[in-house]
Amino acid sequence: MVDDILVRAMLYSQLDAIDKPPPDEPDEAVDTLDDNRPPGGVALTLRGLTKSFGANSVLHGIDLHVPAGQFLTVIGKSGCGKSTLLRILAGLDAPTGGEVLFDGRASQQSPHVSRLMFQEPRLLPWARVLGNVEVGLGARRNAPGADRRALAKLAEVGLERRAHDWPAVLSGGQKQRVALARALASSPNFLALDEPLGALDALTRIEMQSLLESVWQEEGFTAVLVTHDVTEAVMLGDRVVLIEDGIVKLEVDVPIARPRRRGSPQVAALEERILSHLFADGARPADHSFQSRLRTSLFSRAGGPS
Amino acid sequence: MSDSLITLGRTLGRTSRFAAPVVPSRRILAALGRFLASDAASWIIPVLLLLVWQAVARAGLLPANVVPAPSDVVDAAWRLTLSGELLDNVGISAKRAGIGFAIGGSLAFAFGLLNGVSKIGEKLTDATFQMVRNIPNLAMVPLVILWFGIEDSARIFLVALGVFFPIYINTFHGIRTVDVQLVEMGRSYGMSNWELFRRVILPGALPSIFVGLRYALGIMWLTLIVAETIAANSGIGYMAMSAREFMQLDVVVLSILLYALLGKLADSIARLLERTTLSWHPAFQAHVKES
Repeated sequence: MVDDILVRAMLYSQLDAIDKPPPDEPDEAVDTLDDNRPPGGVALTLRGLTKSFGANSVLHGIDLHVPAGQFLTVIGKSGCGKSTLLRILAGLDAPTGGEVLFDGRASQQSPHVSRLMFQEPRLLPWARVLGNVEVGLGARRNAPGADRRALAKLAEVGLERRAHDWPAVLSGGQKQRVALARALASSPNFLALDEPLGALDALTRIEMQSLLESVWQEEGFTAVLVTHDVTEAVMLGDRVVLIEDGIVKLEVDVPIARPRRRGSPQVAALEERILSHLFADGARPADHSFQSRLRTSLFSRAGGPS
Repeated sequence: MSDSLITLGRTLGRTSRFAAPVVPSRRILAALGRFLASDAASWIIPVLLLLVWQAVARAGLLPANVVPAPSDVVDAAWRLTLSGELLDNVGISAKRAGIGFAIGGSLAFAFGLLNGVSKIGEKLTDATFQMVRNIPNLAMVPLVILWFGIEDSARIFLVALGVFFPIYINTFHGIRTVDVQLVEMGRSYGMSNWELFRRVILPGALPSIFVGLRYALGIMWLTLIVAETIAANSGIGYMAMSAREFMQLDVVVLSILLYALLGKLADSIARLLERTTLSWHPAFQAHVKES
């Protein structure tokens, strides 16, 4: 028992030491970007983007412009190529044809930093939470003060008290929050999000959506979120893009003021409109009873509307 | 498992409420539960075995020319310690084991890493290693004696050969089975090759490398025992063989026990290393929570 008390005392003293940054060092020094890139978002321009894997063509010419600082949500059925598109934007895959421009420049010539948040947290199980966030600092992860930078980002997602825990003891939602802190650590100009909330339970998901929205508003990066959840797309996006069979089928602006209210009539109306496009099969005229049937089956498969 | 022992202790304590002194018996049972859950519990059976052995030998049920009593073995240990013979031989054996392990282990680790990260390395050397691996290293003894005579180099060669394969295979396998999603994450966060190796690949391969290390330590002692008993002029194995010629059974048993002790010692060191470097692993976190 004495051991227990001692261990706890040691843990807290450690945590306290981390919680309080040394007072003589100003916080601004932490956040200045040491490379000469402008803060905030970067504009994305896609021209005739195509991607094929062998004989299998996934994207057949995507043209899209995302203004700096916009939150774009991409929606589509599984296998429509939306994740492939995101991987190209994040620089993980190269396109087969066409080009992606950042502020009008090719990816290699642009000074922007882009980060990808994966569907799974992909935390290093052998690094503490803080160490995992440090990974996101890029080249500065080995520089002095890396832990203070990482801790500041961890505080942004509300997990600074878990800094010295192993990822294995965190819940699914907490792990994704750490992954978000890691993605934000180098103040990216562009954040790509590949269904990062897909595996979370409904309540955690709503929490994460508002967290995402608030960090986006604070940091001003350009965001592209891929999702299969129409509500999520409408709640978060400035604009919703529907991709089907490798092309952009529909672009809808979401002119609803933030903070948006879940279940408000405007949100519902937009959802309805997007869903009707999703399930309007080619030449089939809009048939309301058919769509609502499909919609019910979609939701029952997904375990109810979230 | 230890949790269940503790609960067992608790339930026993509860049922014993009906017996006369409630608090003390509860306390004793709780203490017993704690003792059974602690590391000391693993010594209960060895100590019991020794006591039984001693009793049977003293009672004259075991003829002294078949198995000596434990006290005779202790006597022999004391005698040989005083003459300096014991320490010399243990030192020589440990030195052979250590040098052989260092050579074989570091070569294996280097090739495991190289072939794990490089397809070219794998193409060039892996097939050869897999062929040589299937020759039992002790089958090489006659050849090794011809090559090296009965000098130390023969035994060191055999030990190095023996520890090479478990470490090589497990390092190689560990690196190849590192989570590709984590590697992709590292790349997308701009890690250099060296950083990717240090932060992602090596820690990911470590659990597997430790399996190889512990397996190799077992092989190390096994090889050394055989090599020292067949042809040597010093070391624990030599001590046992020369004692056999003079029917000094206590010294023979002492030598066997020494191998057991040294083997256990090496394994304990490996486990300690494992526990400190793999503290992130859920399998080792349960242990941390208990203590």
